[in-house]
Amino acid sequence: MKKIEAIIRKSKFDEVRKALHNADIDFLSWWEVKGQGTATQGLIFRGIAYDVNAIDRIFLSFVVREINVQKSVDAILKSAFTGESGDGRIFVYTIDQSIRIRTGDRGDESLYDKQK
Amino acid sequence: MNEELYTLEQVESVLLDSGDTAWIIVSTILVLMMTIPGLALFYGGLVRRKNVLSVLMQCLILTAVIIIEWVVVGYSLAFTTGGDKIDFFIGGFDKIFLNGIGVGQLLEGYSIPELLFVSFQGMFAVITPALIIGAFAERIKFKGFLLFSVLWALIVYNPLAHWVWGGGWIGELGAIDFAGGTVVHINAGVSALVMAILLGKRKGWNIKSEDPITPHNIPFVVIGTALLWMGWLGFNGGSGLAADGISANAILVTNIAAAAAALTWTFLDKIINKKPTVVGFCTGVVAGLVAITPAAGSTGVLGAFVIGIISGLVCFWMVAYVKPRFEYDDSLDAFGVHGVGGIIGSILIGVFATQAITGEGGAQGTLYGNWSQLWVQFIATLATVLFSALMTWLLFKIVDKLVGIRISSKSESVGLDISEHGEIAYE
Repeated sequence: MKKIEAIIRKSKFDEVRKALHNADIDFLSWWEVKGQGTATQGLIFRGIAYDVNAIDRIFLSFVVREINVQKSVDAILKSAFTGESGDGRIFVYTIDQSIRIRTGDRGDESLYDKQK
Repeated sequence: MNEELYTLEQVESVLLDSGDTAWIIVSTILVLMMTIPGLALFYGGLVRRKNVLSVLMQCLILTAVIIIEWVVVGYSLAFTTGGDKIDFFIGGFDKIFLNGIGVGQLLEGYSIPELLFVSFQGMFAVITPALIIGAFAERIKFKGFLLFSVLWALIVYNPLAHWVWGGGWIGELGAIDFAGGTVVHINAGVSALVMAILLGKRKGWNIKSEDPITPHNIPFVVIGTALLWMGWLGFNGGSGLAADGISANAILVTNIAAAAAALTWTFLDKIINKKPTVVGFCTGVVAGLVAITPAAGSTGVLGAFVIGIISGLVCFWMVAYVKPRFEYDDSLDAFGVHGVGGIIGSILIGVFATQAITGEGGAQGTLYGNWSQLWVQFIATLATVLFSALMTWLLFKIVDKLVGIRISSKSESVGLDISEHGEIAYE
């Protein structure tokens, strides 16, 4: 089991979500966050222009079975890409255990819908 | 029998006019709407989310406190005669607690009840100290703010209202201030600047920073601006205390100046920073409204148009260039917009006042060959600036000694909503 986290552009979020859905990733959490890096965002307040380096980002996180890791990463890579500075990062972690609260399923079984 | 007959003039002079009265009642409501919720939302949207409640509460409490203060003593100090020696400076105590003002009593020389005049003027007394909130927002103790504001209303607003409207020396001089350019806007704006300087900058405020302090809710600013604009039609349109041609002209020129200033600001935004901003447009609207306030009863379409454009230009310059240059933290630009806009309007009356509006024998400006009005307007403006600055400085020192004004550094970081009011605006 792997956890995949990604920090992506806010403007790319809808595309990433759709791409993950097409790759059969149905369980997904995300947060709106601010991030700081080399990119800046132009803001104007009462006649003064600022280059603000705190930029709105989406932070998303989900856990998948080993067989789904590659296609999840590929889906994000493809859909979040613009080629300009500030496209974001993907992180992959190993997960020790996963338990579905409703059924008590453990491990891989807790990560997909058996009825489907 | 003969003694009971009146001349036509006498009869007219004692009749209540229901049209006039109805319009001033509406205007009173409109001016109240400017403070709550107009100004409250305008300022509330401009601060950070951790301080929005503090600004709303400051507007609310001032509305309540000043309404009481006005009835108890303010109205009397501003609008009664203070005796030969001191009347140039301040009124007397004849009408404290509205002593002797009956329901049927008309305001002398007008066709509306004096009680209505008390209410209408009371709304002006409310909004003036509320305007200053813009200068010390996000870093003031509630207790210090309240004590300062009440004392300010008592010994700064009341005398100045008396000077200009209550029979004091500025009015005697012939200076024109139709709806409060000096009494309300220059007065509040200059006091705001003094407060901003004495109180010091907000923590972390640096105008050239990459991490600027920006508005937390611009739609609030838009709603506040719209309510201010609408309310201003009563503010200026009611200041003639009648429903007549002068009030119709006042509403017309108020709209023209607001529109011209907003377009000017938006044009500058687009030229200088490449983007027309919403906050910029709103700031322009307020600048134009402020500038036309003293002039709404003496200028026509041309004057309003030019006053609007000039106020847009100069206020933009103040906020975008002068403030960064001198680095005073006038948080929401109470001075840059109200002080400066008021000064522009007050002075330009001396240029654009026209007898087409003021009537035959009325005031007129340099554009029509009369230079004396400009001089009088200059004196009235200068006197207001000096008086406001001096008194505010004095009051700050006194209140700071008594209860303290600046909030503690820790509370400022946490935000005034939690540290001063124990509430959170958005869960």
